[in-house]
Amino acid sequence: MTFLGHVITGLSLGSIYAIIALGYTMVYGIAKMLNFAHGDVIMVGAYICFIFVMNLGLPPLLGIIIAMAVCTVLGIIIERLAYKPLRSVPSLAVLITAIGVSYFLQNAAQLIWGASPKSFPTTFFNFGGNQGFTLFEGQLNVNYAAIVTICICVIIMIALTIFTSKSKMGKAMRACSEDKNAARLMGINVDKTISVTFAIGSALAAVAGVLMCSTYPTLMPTTGSLPGIKAFTAAVFGGIGSIPGAFLGGILLGLIETFTKAYITTDLSDAIVFAVLIVVLIVKPAGLLGKYRPEKV
Amino acid sequence: MKKVISMLLVVAMCLCVLAACGAPSTPSTPDNSGSSQPSGTTTPPADGAVVIKIGGIGPLTGGAAIYGIATQNGAQIAVDEINALGGDIQIEYDFQDDTNVAETAVSAYNNLKDWGVNIIYGTTTTSPCVTISSETYADRYFQLTPSASSPDVTAGKDNVFQMCFTDPNQGVTAANYVSEEGLASKVAVLYNNGDAYSTGIAQGFIDQANTLGLEVVTEQTFPADTNTDFNVQLTACKDAGAELVFMPIYYTPASLVLAQASQMGYDPLFFGGDGMDGILGIEGFDTALAEGLMLLTPFNATATDERTVSFVEKYEATYGEIPNQFAADGYDCIYAIYEACQQVDGLADMIANGDNAALCDALIAIFTSGEFSVDGLTGLGMTWQANGEVSKAPMVVGVENGAYVTK
Amino acid sequence: MIKNMSKASRSGLINYGIVIVVFIIVKILMGAGAMSNMLQSLLIPACCYIVMAISLNLTVGVLGELSLGHAGFMSLGAFSGIIAATALQTAIPFPALRLLIAIIIGAIFGGIGGVIVGVPVLRLRGDYLAIVTLAFGEIIKNIITVLYIGIDANGLHIATKQSNLNLLEDGIAIVKGPMGAVGVSKISTFTAGFILVIVTLIIVQNLVNSRQGRAIQALRDNRIAAESVGISVTKYKLMAFVTSAALAGAAGALFGLNFSSTGAVRFDFNTSILVLVFVVLGGLGNIRGSIIAAAVLYILPEMLRSLNINEYRMLIYAVILIIVMLVSNNPQLKALFGKIIPKRRKGDAEIV
Repeated sequence: MTFLGHVITGLSLGSIYAIIALGYTMVYGIAKMLNFAHGDVIMVGAYICFIFVMNLGLPPLLGIIIAMAVCTVLGIIIERLAYKPLRSVPSLAVLITAIGVSYFLQNAAQLIWGASPKSFPTTFFNFGGNQGFTLFEGQLNVNYAAIVTICICVIIMIALTIFTSKSKMGKAMRACSEDKNAARLMGINVDKTISVTFAIGSALAAVAGVLMCSTYPTLMPTTGSLPGIKAFTAAVFGGIGSIPGAFLGGILLGLIETFTKAYITTDLSDAIVFAVLIVVLIVKPAGLLGKYRPEKV
Repeated sequence: MKKVISMLLVVAMCLCVLAACGAPSTPSTPDNSGSSQPSGTTTPPADGAVVIKIGGIGPLTGGAAIYGIATQNGAQIAVDEINALGGDIQIEYDFQDDTNVAETAVSAYNNLKDWGVNIIYGTTTTSPCVTISSETYADRYFQLTPSASSPDVTAGKDNVFQMCFTDPNQGVTAANYVSEEGLASKVAVLYNNGDAYSTGIAQGFIDQANTLGLEVVTEQTFPADTNTDFNVQLTACKDAGAELVFMPIYYTPASLVLAQASQMGYDPLFFGGDGMDGILGIEGFDTALAEGLMLLTPFNATATDERTVSFVEKYEATYGEIPNQFAADGYDCIYAIYEACQQVDGLADMIANGDNAALCDALIAIFTSGEFSVDGLTGLGMTWQANGEVSKAPMVVGVENGAYVTK
Repeated sequence: MIKNMSKASRSGLINYGIVIVVFIIVKILMGAGAMSNMLQSLLIPACCYIVMAISLNLTVGVLGELSLGHAGFMSLGAFSGIIAATALQTAIPFPALRLLIAIIIGAIFGGIGGVIVGVPVLRLRGDYLAIVTLAFGEIIKNIITVLYIGIDANGLHIATKQSNLNLLEDGIAIVKGPMGAVGVSKISTFTAGFILVIVTLIIVQNLVNSRQGRAIQALRDNRIAAESVGISVTKYKLMAFVTSAALAGAAGALFGLNFSSTGAVRFDFNTSILVLVFVVLGGLGNIRGSIIAAAVLYILPEMLRSLNINEYRMLIYAVILIIVMLVSNNPQLKALFGKIIPKRRKGDAEIV
């Protein structure tokens, strides 16, 4: 029974990592850049939702939609101002700019919303006055937030997969990801495609932010940075650029972390999680579902 | 070569910054106008008054910013009050950001030295404070920290004093209280093993609990980085049958622990340290979760004594939030320094000559004389021992109906 | 004579010149008391970061592999250096000699860490390698955070709880878990920092311009072609990586012995990123760029302090970082600044 409890904890933690990792992997797959500011966009999304729901009294669903809209705009602005001028230069320069954007968002958030933590409403996923239900005569607790997170995560994963494989824009994205120059020659507007990718990634970040803060209801300017790193790890674990890989990587990371804490030690749980990651990468150098592309001369 | 050009650009930018800041960083004589420092005093000092420069250090940005800002603001209120009195001693106050990093704290400290500081107030957090206290010891500055609670802060340094309890002391006091009041016989300890404060209290508590015959059924830890999911640790506490969970952690993770415990239907008595103070002030926090929580804290913002009421009113009016114990400790620090300075013979000469070493020795003599005591927000009749530790009565506060109640 | 030298060695010579000139200027300023306390306190850390930046440039710029865990090697060096220096406190009364030994031990431990990480380097590429180095940095931080290390007449004691340390009466606990190393005697000096920078320059510049260095750069530019002409990937990648890690360890030892206390959290992901920022801004493979970028960018946020804008300090730093990245990669602006900048050349000497 305790074991099942840990599985549920692991799944709910993993689904948070997964949903952040989806945003990472989406942007990486198409724009080929590690968007280190992704975690901070998540934080902004959560703050926006918090302000509209708690301070202005809007219903939660509307709050999420506004947060998505604001983050989409924010994502497009960041892309225009900070990343677009660097499209033709080495990716490391963009990486540093992304870190600059990350610092900027964190410090701006502290100036706007203050350094004190805010407690995110846990009433978001409240059905019949309960935050969850119990099984096996109260021995096992399941939160609605966890179930909702996992479901949304699966829906987003499927939607993204269909979108990138079927829609016109999705095909354009895959073309850009394969070869930007060839895509441009075929009449694809590469700049626009990448902007749309950022818009989608940022909207996903807003959803991730709200879901994360519903499960772990503390909101601070630094809330997004560490889950951001963990999710980046999850994305690489699953094979960065692969949408199902990000999902799988996130869920596995959550499970490994929880089991390590439960059955090995809480003292070194992070170290063990990272050690497992290294071992997996040594065995499968492109991540679990990543495509291994042998180099041609 | 292209990159070199870009670097030179940075150099140029840095030059501009240097040029812009050249003026305020150089003066070494006391500045009587008091206007060149925006964070300093606003009231012009009375003629003949001695102006003491107190320099504070603490995190104003980054993850620990809440604590640094609270100590900065609490002290600012005390400074404003003292300056408004218009007495013989006026205070000029500056507070520098250390982002909770020791090496940044060193440059913050040196910046204060360049400013001509007389007394160091801070640092807020423990690990930068250990570094800074050995710097002030070597340079002979008097230092009073509001909240850096490790014994390492004061160990072997006669010039450093604490306003808060030391970590092991707090753990021992908590264990004594639990045992005396018969709160529980089986206790679990949950602490942050990446944090010196948390680990220090937990070890003090566990040692004392073993001496007193309290059964510590499980010790659970979490790393400083991964502090969002406590389900595993709480399940372990529950399975071990703990009636009381002692968690010497800060209130931000504690609010998550309480929420997750409530979700899993686990309802032991939670007992925290002074870092827990402030939990009811989190915006949006469901105070019902904290019902029954007990914490060891020197300060209760809802207390009705005149001193506390006046402080809380001023703080709320100025900063728009209820002060926590960090702010109160900061307020008391400034008053302790002020009252001690009033007893220093030849204070004016020391300040005029910039003889901080003499001032430091004089203040050490006063603080350790055994006769010097301060009544403040965090305790009445506070005295200091030669090793820098404060002696004041510990206070246990419980949460009842969404408000702190002194036990 | 200088005219007859190759371009590479001339550029290397200029680098030594810059460092020596800056050192002399700083020494004169210090002697004349014209340097603020704050600037003085930044000198030794700045030297450490310069060494860090040069060594990371060897991995990122010369070898062409992204590393996000360089601070992990620094951490290994710092703690092994501190332990060595504290253990030898009574045996070797001369601080300078103790510092030298500590730095060498730091370099050895950094190098060992480099070998451990270097093995996966052979299989992984690009972002996958980056994540392994990131993971390594986090593992080091986690492990050191829970370690308690003490020393007494019986030798070193290592435990994961303070109560398990079992020290004798006269023993000292050097590393105390999350508190890190406390009560360290500060034996680092600016001169030592300067010498370390020069030694690093000698090692890295000679390596880059040697036969081995050309092999390493060939691997970066085209691994398959390099392999096909008989360059051993394993050997040269490990060579670059371990050298880089050992230098970071040496910098760590100097850094650790400059503060009376050092916690493992100091060497986290953000520190690795900070050093990476120095390298990228200074230019990949450009040693001189790394030196200048590390010195200027390390000192810049502290300089912003004097503007009395505490709350905005880090925000301004972020904005400057973004703008510099944009401007330095924008062809038109670069051409514009190219006309103005040469007049300010003396600037860098005054600042550093």
